[in-house]
Amino acid sequence: MSRYAVDLGAPAWEYAPAPEARELARLGTVPQGRLFIGGAWVEPADGATMPTHSPATEEHLADVAVAGPADVDRAVAAARDAFPAWSALPGRERGKYLFRLARLLQERAREFAVLETVDNGKPIRETRDFDVPTAAAHLFHHAGWADKLDWAGLGPAPRPLGVAGQVIPWNFPLLMLAWKVAPALATGNTVVLKPAETTPLTALRFAELCEQADLPPGVLNIVTGAGATGAALVRHPGVDKVAFTGSTAVGKDIQRALAGTGRRLTLELGGKAANIVFADAPLDQAIEGIVDGIFFNQGHVCCAGSRLLVEESVHDAVVARLQHRMATLRLGDPLDKNTDVGAVNSAAQLARITELAAAGEAEGAERWDTGCTLPDRGHWFRPTVFTGVAQSSRIAQEEIFGPVLSVLTFRTPEEAVAKANNTPYGLSAGIWTEKGSRILWLADRLRAGVVWANTFNRFDPTSPFGGVKESGFGREGGRQGLAAYLVPAGEGGA
Amino acid sequence: MSERLDVRRTSKLFIGGAFPRSESGRTLEVRGHDGAFLANAARASRKDVRDAVVAARAAQPRWAGATAYNRGQVLYRVAEMLEGRAAQFTAELAAATGDAEAAAAEVAAAVDRWVWYAGWTDKFAQVAGSVNPVAGPFFNLSAPEPVGVVGIVAPRASALLGLTSVVAPALVAGNAVVVVASEDRPLPAVTLAEVLATSDVPGGVVNVLTGQRDELAPVLAGHLDVDGLDLTGMAGATVEELAALEVLAAEDVTRVRPAPAAEPDWTAEPRGVDRITAWCDVKTVWHPKGT
Repeated sequence: MSRYAVDLGAPAWEYAPAPEARELARLGTVPQGRLFIGGAWVEPADGATMPTHSPATEEHLADVAVAGPADVDRAVAAARDAFPAWSALPGRERGKYLFRLARLLQERAREFAVLETVDNGKPIRETRDFDVPTAAAHLFHHAGWADKLDWAGLGPAPRPLGVAGQVIPWNFPLLMLAWKVAPALATGNTVVLKPAETTPLTALRFAELCEQADLPPGVLNIVTGAGATGAALVRHPGVDKVAFTGSTAVGKDIQRALAGTGRRLTLELGGKAANIVFADAPLDQAIEGIVDGIFFNQGHVCCAGSRLLVEESVHDAVVARLQHRMATLRLGDPLDKNTDVGAVNSAAQLARITELAAAGEAEGAERWDTGCTLPDRGHWFRPTVFTGVAQSSRIAQEEIFGPVLSVLTFRTPEEAVAKANNTPYGLSAGIWTEKGSRILWLADRLRAGVVWANTFNRFDPTSPFGGVKESGFGREGGRQGLAAYLVPAGEGGA
Repeated sequence: MSERLDVRRTSKLFIGGAFPRSESGRTLEVRGHDGAFLANAARASRKDVRDAVVAARAAQPRWAGATAYNRGQVLYRVAEMLEGRAAQFTAELAAATGDAEAAAAEVAAAVDRWVWYAGWTDKFAQVAGSVNPVAGPFFNLSAPEPVGVVGIVAPRASALLGLTSVVAPALVAGNAVVVVASEDRPLPAVTLAEVLATSDVPGGVVNVLTGQRDELAPVLAGHLDVDGLDLTGMAGATVEELAALEVLAAEDVTRVRPAPAAEPDWTAEPRGVDRITAWCDVKTVWHPKGT
């Protein structure tokens, strides 16, 4: 029982199980042990494979190929071969391929949602209502850009860079694929994409959509594998542009690896967002925003609102309401349509979350979790909130990438800004107040690439997303996002 | 009647709005195209770079917080002051290059370039920003914001126009700058610092260091309070030298504008706002619409 508890009425809602049909994932038809290179399904040179498991049940799902250096070579060569024709294609025609892909994904949305949930562990409600539709929206939005690049802000007839090497994370596997692939292809680049080690299945399925769309061979190549595959891809001399979403540590490695090469780079890295709640905030909405900010996708979100900065006078009331709301979160079978919090993506990630939470306790913060029952198998972590967190605490400084919220307080807007900006990161921030002028005052001062005011975790293909400071550089989405894949006519590039 | 002996200037650094010598006490002999002695320029040290970054960091919020109209007027004032010193700049450039005609043209072009960038302060956000038509009931606005402190290695040959072409655009959005002047031709940069000091540019917004490029550039590149790194003045350096600087910059994900293969032709008009936006990050703000 928390010392903040007040009687808000017991949340005693019962739900009957409402599982989505697992067969829809069609696991038996996932291309196993093969890479998608040059429009064909090929085995890796050394025949290496790796298993992918369900985070919720730990059952074996498939054995996917592990691309070695020779396979990465082959994929880059295929992308290089495809580049002249693809970049010379009229934008209108390139766009039509992307429109096809968007439609094919919409048509098979349910299948993709189930497959993503099975492989990633995130709730079907999120894959169904967010990941897959937003991925389709990104494809659709960028499809329309392909023949309008003269208006991208780079002058008339901007040119593509060549071969893009793209490495994406496991938290939004299909959506990150769409964020990377759609602008690259729309602008006339060709792509070698490496999906995350633990979540390769929807990318392989997406390759099937490319076949169905008659996308020319080599325009999009998909090489599965672990860190070594990604490292080989981003360092490959045949790659003209690298786009990476993932941890700040790996992002720095990539920036170092590309030093002196002149190859273009965009990085979307970690975050430690402050979600700032003022005393005059609409508290019911703010509580929903806080919950969405940190427990959406099990907190596996680079822009998660993992630091709650509460004005001191409402701290106890906010924490009490928050804990009351958290007690209603349903953790469990990700395929159940009523599930709010799914499985942690991997044993390794669970270990990291567990270790950081223990550090929070050791450093003197007060720990509270929902106490909900955890399934017997799989990787799980209860929604957790720490109060009394010091600014210097590891749980206030380091990205946990899990369902763990750290609560700090402030007294003045100036103090809120100072605390919010007091990390090496700068990806996102949240503001909750009814006072419009204060929102705009804060939005100017928060060092973050995205600021959500009286909302949180909103994404749209038309809206540029990306970080400042050690959260990376470059933007994804909107007109500004196209700049990562184009050079003005007459300048260097492919 | 004897001829009057002229009063020569002591060549100093420009840090935080003041003109200190290098804390190291070192100087660098500057000679003209004909080998004649011109001056002893201060040879900045690692410590001077750090002091300059501290000054830049302290000055940056106020500069970024000034209205775009105000920044525009201040940068235009730089052009005014530069114009008034045209003869001095021309003489310095001519002493460095031996070409008086080209020197005069370079000064004129530099004045015009300050004017060009001064005019951008209250316009580039409309060019680089956007209202985003998101699929939902939200107000959604993206606008460029300065990255903070930009470290610049200034071009080696074009000591005034090249210097202007890299420093002025970084200032447009509200960044503060630490610039390492041309090692071979540092005197126009020293004079430009005197222009800046009398142009209402707040102290610390531009800090000018003279000295040895290869000694100072790594300190700038590796400084954790430098947010952007312009390596334009490293043109012609080896791949290994450039890689070493960019590796240092990666330690805190510093934005890098890499060195071109050769020093650009600065007399060409700027093609666009890329040198402004290079030192900006786009910020996107969301707010629900409702009653």
